[in-house]
Amino acid sequence: MTDFTAEVQGVTKRYGETEAVRGVDLTLAPGECVAMVGHNGAGKSSLIKLMLGLTTPTAGRIRVLGGDPASAACSHIRRQIGFLPENVAFHPNMTGRETLDFYARLKGASRRDNDALFEKVGLEAAAIKRRISTYSKGMRQRLALAQSLLGGPKLLFLDEPTTGLDPALRQSFYAIVAELRDRGTTILLCSHALTELEGQADRVVVMNRGRKVADGSLATLRSLAQLPVRIRLTLPTGEIDTLASRVGQDAALTRLAGGVVELACANDDKIALVRRISCNGLAVDDIEIVQPSLDEMYAHFLRREAAE
Amino acid sequence: MNTLLIVAGKELREATRNRWVVATTLLMAALALTLSFLGSVPTGTVGVGPVEVTIVSLSSLTIFLLPLIALLLSFDAVVGEIDRGTMTLLLSYPVARWQLLLGKFLGHAAVIALATVVGYGAAGVALAMGHTAIGHDSWRAFAAMIGSSVMLGAAFTALGYLASTIVRDRGTAAGIAVAVWLGFVLLYDMALLGILASGSGLGVETLNWLLLANPADAYRLFNLTGFKGVSAFAGTAGLAAHVQLSVPLLLAVMAGWIAAPLALAAALFSRKQI
Repeated sequence: MTDFTAEVQGVTKRYGETEAVRGVDLTLAPGECVAMVGHNGAGKSSLIKLMLGLTTPTAGRIRVLGGDPASAACSHIRRQIGFLPENVAFHPNMTGRETLDFYARLKGASRRDNDALFEKVGLEAAAIKRRISTYSKGMRQRLALAQSLLGGPKLLFLDEPTTGLDPALRQSFYAIVAELRDRGTTILLCSHALTELEGQADRVVVMNRGRKVADGSLATLRSLAQLPVRIRLTLPTGEIDTLASRVGQDAALTRLAGGVVELACANDDKIALVRRISCNGLAVDDIEIVQPSLDEMYAHFLRREAAE
Repeated sequence: MNTLLIVAGKELREATRNRWVVATTLLMAALALTLSFLGSVPTGTVGVGPVEVTIVSLSSLTIFLLPLIALLLSFDAVVGEIDRGTMTLLLSYPVARWQLLLGKFLGHAAVIALATVVGYGAAGVALAMGHTAIGHDSWRAFAAMIGSSVMLGAAFTALGYLASTIVRDRGTAAGIAVAVWLGFVLLYDMALLGILASGSGLGVETLNWLLLANPADAYRLFNLTGFKGVSAFAGTAGLAAHVQLSVPLLLAVMAGWIAAPLALAAALFSRKQI
């Protein structure tokens, strides 16, 4: 007996000659928001389809909410799963309400909750009555999100949910995701937009060419990647030489535009270095510590994968 | 059962929104009314009722038109949804694949049934309002024509579903649909006539089976030879005496032409990689 919402063990999926997913292990715990990142064709969507039971693995085992998602008796499992596909097109001549009503009935969810759902995703009453052909990309995406939240799912798959959304919409989108996670929903989120995932995901899974190349919290991945932390200092020009002598061999020093000096050092040396800089009366105007971003880590893991 | 109705209802509603239902019904009604008015003109003293004339002309036209409408309506049903990405979403719901396919089919078949019953029914009403007294048998033949037209439409809808399930892109599905129409509706009979005319000594038995191997021919035989009054007028009375295909058999064959393609499509669809 496991407490995981979803468990993927050694799963491989082959479509003819190409291997879309290669020996992937993955577990999703309740109340966890996991971000899956990777290029197009890295196997993200294939993995989601496998977990939805739309396709069956060539090798390996998948258990979702205690059962096999592709089995005949999976109706009760699917009722607890929400899915927001990458490209979703609703029938243009139906209204928003009709569309959500249809999906609610199909899922066996109460249609009375639909109004609350519309409100949650921010579709206004006037818009609900209009045909989907009049909707903007953002409104369609909101409707798609509403659809995925029908029946209060325990497990939510979001495939590229924020493509085509403006920044304000993204904010409200992640607010909804955070609220769901706090209520114990497991969320698997696929994205290219790495920067916006920072602070949203409890864990990041990096996929490349069907393989899982990294899996862990942002902090774990940072220490794994051992990418340098950069300390940016703004200080008078005369002080730079003093700084250089004080830093010595511990960090690489580069001069940036506008009198800014950047020191790159290992994460473990960071605190000692800051102490040394700030203590002995060096006239520092400003200090900024830049952690390696998700983008950089992602690039790092892909480079490492390519080197192997 | 419930799931089937939900899916069928959605399909019917979408077709209504698209004006498919209205357009098809109007087209059928216009043709049926035209033919029934034409049919009621020259009968005079020939001894055939206007209904029989209408049945002959209308069923001949139905053979060409209804399969085309049915195929146009259905060739996109599966492949189009996969293309637009809605299929992945639908299948992530608690729905079995056969339920989805059958539900959609029922919706499309309902569109055909609605258009046929209303459109041809209008012609029936127009005939009933005419001056000639119309016998009980004539009405039965007319009702049978409407019913079998619905079956013909459903059979070609099922064939359209099969085409839509087999292929991976919409263009190919459309191509297959056109080929199915050409093959069953036009070329098949031409080929059969050619063989008969060449005097290759095709036995009656073989001919019977060859006629059953085409839903359009089964429909034609059912309407032109199934009822005495009609066959006398259609000039098929001689044929009717030779063709030993009973009405129940013809109906069973048409039902088979609905069920078999649909079952095959469902089997293929459940194994299809989405």
